[in-house]
Amino acid sequence: MIQTSVARQEIMETIRMVQMENLDIRTITMGISLRDCADPDAEKACQNIYDKITQKAEKLVSVGEEIESRYGIPIVNKRISVTPVSMVAESSKTKDYVPFAKALDRAAQAVGVNFIGGFSAMVQKGTTLGDENLLKSIPAALAETERVCSSINVASSKAGMNMDAINQMGHLIKKTAYQTKDRDSIGCAKLVVFCNVPEDNPFMAGAFHGVGEPEAVINVGISGPGVVRNAVLKHPEADFGELASVIKKTAFKITRAGELVGSVASETLGIPFGIIDLSLAPTPAVGDSVSDILEGMGLEQTGTHGTTAALAMLNDAVKKGGIMASSHVGGLSGAFIPVSEDAGMIEAVRAGTLTFDKLEAMTSVCSVGLDMIAIPGNTSAETISAIIADEMAIGMINRKTTAVRIIPVHGKELGDEAIFGGLLGSAPIMKVNGKKSDAFVKRGGRIPAPLQSFNN
Amino acid sequence: MDQQKVIISVLGRDRVGIIATISNILADHNANIVDISQTILQDYFTMIMLVDVTHSPLEFNELKKRIAEAGDAIGMQVNVQNTEIFDYMHRI
Repeated sequence: MIQTSVARQEIMETIRMVQMENLDIRTITMGISLRDCADPDAEKACQNIYDKITQKAEKLVSVGEEIESRYGIPIVNKRISVTPVSMVAESSKTKDYVPFAKALDRAAQAVGVNFIGGFSAMVQKGTTLGDENLLKSIPAALAETERVCSSINVASSKAGMNMDAINQMGHLIKKTAYQTKDRDSIGCAKLVVFCNVPEDNPFMAGAFHGVGEPEAVINVGISGPGVVRNAVLKHPEADFGELASVIKKTAFKITRAGELVGSVASETLGIPFGIIDLSLAPTPAVGDSVSDILEGMGLEQTGTHGTTAALAMLNDAVKKGGIMASSHVGGLSGAFIPVSEDAGMIEAVRAGTLTFDKLEAMTSVCSVGLDMIAIPGNTSAETISAIIADEMAIGMINRKTTAVRIIPVHGKELGDEAIFGGLLGSAPIMKVNGKKSDAFVKRGGRIPAPLQSFNN
Repeated sequence: MDQQKVIISVLGRDRVGIIATISNILADHNANIVDISQTILQDYFTMIMLVDVTHSPLEFNELKKRIAEAGDAIGMQVNVQNTEIFDYMHRI
């Protein structure tokens, strides 16, 4: 074609990506600082929070929809992240932070977003009074709200691991599971435990607006496992050098779509553009699966030997391809492997090919970590804490972000399935190791920060 | 005012009057066809039009809706997208 200088073939490629390969922008997330909302009167603080969010994000959804229409590319979610609530609520004379969660929920509903992240605290080295109050409020907050997501950073490569907090998280996850037991413990699907949490991540449930961020910001999370999978399938004979190149080119194009959407959204809303999160985020839809990409590389099923290597290569190539396509890359950036949100992963777990231990190994080379994993409801709090400790250790030592979003589904056991619905999908209950770790996690204290040299 | 250009892509089974249907709507709303190309592969028709909508009095979404409805009526799938998305994805 003339003028646009883009060839017909390229136009068809974009159309095919959107129509047949589920290319979408997964989320436009507006980060909003709530630091000026604190007040000794909790009720006043909650009102300040509600007012600020509804004012700042008033047009977020309509602008998102306008961009979606103009460019013919779906923007699946419009979301909001806020300053960790522990920091905002700390000034108020109350120990119960559930009303803050409810204020966030109401504000999210008012502006029409499906999730709001930031019922969060950073406790990698220890807890403040506000952090303590927030932690204790998590189970009720997640049970009594629909859209609020919570994340707690319990470890970092610089600070080490806060084992007291990790121990506490096991109990809080169990309690959250119980308080949402009538909905397959869905509260736990909105609660993430992090090591090295990024402060500009647009993806839920771990999004919050970090302390170094501006007053408000637009962050974009891209997606497109289906596009990468088809690109991989088209090259069955390619060696890994060539395959990496194919993935990089594809990631570049996907990221450019995100860059355009982000810059237009930022301009229209008059809010600075923060980052693009270069992530391959799967959905339960057939063909929109990270697992399918790994199998496309030549594995009979995800979880078999070779899976970690395949994921490492994919994750790295996606980042390399995306980096040049965007001025600012941040967030989590990598391939997500949430079990319940990926049809191929679910299948691999059902078949017994993908086990808990293999998933843990995979998390050492991918973005994030043990994500959306359903385990038996009778798993002890201590075992959950030990699972978190293992995952945090991987992140701490490898200087990467790792996370645990695990759901001990109340009343369900091995052989059952948990159904969360929507983008959260469904998951077979996975087997966890039956031996106890109680004495280990109860030691408490902090695991010291690791050496940053002698990397062997 | 900057030129507003869109790509209209039409996909579906070949039949009489596809181009006429789409171009009539464009003419009715003062949208100028800058370039057009089509291929037919085993009864499967694809057409790509580059259209200048700068002087169309219709708002983008309204024009898009009318074109899509007309496409629907003749069993064709029609996409209308601002050209920027293609430039962004395929050109550095």
